[in-house]
Amino acid sequence: MTYNLNILLPEIFLSISIFLILMVGVFFKKSYNLVTNLSLIALVILIVIILNTESTSVKIFTDSFIRDGYAKFIKILIIISTIFILLSSQVFIKDNNIAKFEYPIIILLSILGMFFMVSSNDLILFYLGLELQSLSLYVLAAIDRDNTRSTESGVKYFVLSALSSGLLLYGCSLLYGFTGSTNFDIISNSLNTSSVGSIFAMVFILVGLAFKVSAVPFHMWTPDVYEGSPTSITNFFSAAPKVAGLAVLIRFMQTPFENILVEWQTIIIFISIASMILGAVAAIGQNNIKRLMAYSSIGHIGYALAGVATGTDSGYMSSIVYITIYIVMSIGMFACIFLMKKNGKYTEKIYDLSGISKKHPLVAISFLIILFSLAGIPPLGGFFAKFYVFMTVIENGMYFLAIVGLLTTVISAFYYLRIIKIIYFDEFAGSFDRIRNFSITGTIFLSCILLATFFLYPSTLNNIVSLVFTS
Amino acid sequence: MIDIGLGHYLTLGAIIFSLGIIGIFLNRKNIIVILMSVELILLAVNINLISFSIFSGDILGQIFTMLILTVAAAEAAIGLAIIVVFYRNKGSIRVEDIHEMKG
Repeated sequence: MTYNLNILLPEIFLSISIFLILMVGVFFKKSYNLVTNLSLIALVILIVIILNTESTSVKIFTDSFIRDGYAKFIKILIIISTIFILLSSQVFIKDNNIAKFEYPIIILLSILGMFFMVSSNDLILFYLGLELQSLSLYVLAAIDRDNTRSTESGVKYFVLSALSSGLLLYGCSLLYGFTGSTNFDIISNSLNTSSVGSIFAMVFILVGLAFKVSAVPFHMWTPDVYEGSPTSITNFFSAAPKVAGLAVLIRFMQTPFENILVEWQTIIIFISIASMILGAVAAIGQNNIKRLMAYSSIGHIGYALAGVATGTDSGYMSSIVYITIYIVMSIGMFACIFLMKKNGKYTEKIYDLSGISKKHPLVAISFLIILFSLAGIPPLGGFFAKFYVFMTVIENGMYFLAIVGLLTTVISAFYYLRIIKIIYFDEFAGSFDRIRNFSITGTIFLSCILLATFFLYPSTLNNIVSLVFTS
Repeated sequence: MIDIGLGHYLTLGAIIFSLGIIGIFLNRKNIIVILMSVELILLAVNINLISFSIFSGDILGQIFTMLILTVAAAEAAIGLAIIVVFYRNKGSIRVEDIHEMKG
């Protein structure tokens, strides 16, 4: 038997470059800058490799690995967000003494895990990819090892994530027992609604996946881990693992659980509504901007899941569009947070933003654009994301979901607008240190431009995503 | 003599799994106990997979078990490492002492 290994080329290239970069890191002294640059180069080459592969759907290794346009799109999204996160966080990393050469390498490892996750067509490969991703994320959460908060968030993330992996695995074992195979296609053929055991298995798997995308009621780790870990890691947490988790959730709905979609849908509707409500209500009283972003990300995952809950291709597409726009906003927001440095120390208090519009008009206007977009105010990108999701939800007759979504949008607008009010109308409370770094300003600029001009080409992203789904 | 069938093995797996879950939630003392509970959960999954594999005559479940054992070892190693770092900062690994962030 021969396999066309070109199908696996992105993963092979990434694994080999991780080993090589690791060796460089070990054998050169003070190698952080070198390792970071090499990682960035590897990521850029990876984009080229992925773009050059064909988009037709191919399965290899006894149908356990699938390469299709959908996986390609998600992978490129993960890489691009990681590149911007790495670039914009360099100043923060160096100022906080977490510039160890392991840092970019562990990020690459978690990306490798995500790659296997999104193109798995088999429970075994899926589980291994998920674990590679989460094991790397545990280490990343605790990377600032002399800081009590960072290590504490590492412990919390480890305990809860290990628990959720255990639940997910128990579901996998039941699924294997009831269908006799770990392959998604065979599972899909032998599952039907009459079997109680398979529904049991599905619930366990859904719990594990909901934990990874931090949806209510499995969100309890999110605020603490977001607050405790270094901001550069929080930035990564709020982008790449979310995309991978959502992509796998959609993959599970498309292939193995296709025939029991109705049961699966009820649970996702509940999770989506609960996430939207909690994300809107719990963020109101927060004074820490990272904690606020954690609740905001829970709410946004709720909106993305509303698209998934429809169970149709157009719903999945709107979710992918939503998460893409959310990532642009999240990266831009965190790049702005990297600028919040007072008297040589990075601050996370929202009140430290008081009146900065007088001293830093450009930072203030960036915050304004991104926060308006997060709140979903037209004509910014965030509005179109919500618009597409609610359009498909209404088309499928799920009016209750749409009404809850619109109500929570209004509630959550309150806390986004509160920050803008603090920035523009409150008493000036000291200026920020000047950070002159092209990558941070460039990231903010790009994010603001993309969000502000999205209404000029609203269908471009949609067309790309629908092309990806039909291939 | 009673015949030990698939149901018995699955019940054993379910009991060990519940013990692991209860161990995580009821434990208020020590993080190491939580680590042990996580291992219990993975063990229950392994029992499940092996019994399914034996009774259906399919080898895949046993392969899955070997991979899970590897992952469990890696997870325990990383978990212990994180707990050691935490202990250095805090001087304690009691569950009540994990309270720096709340809200």
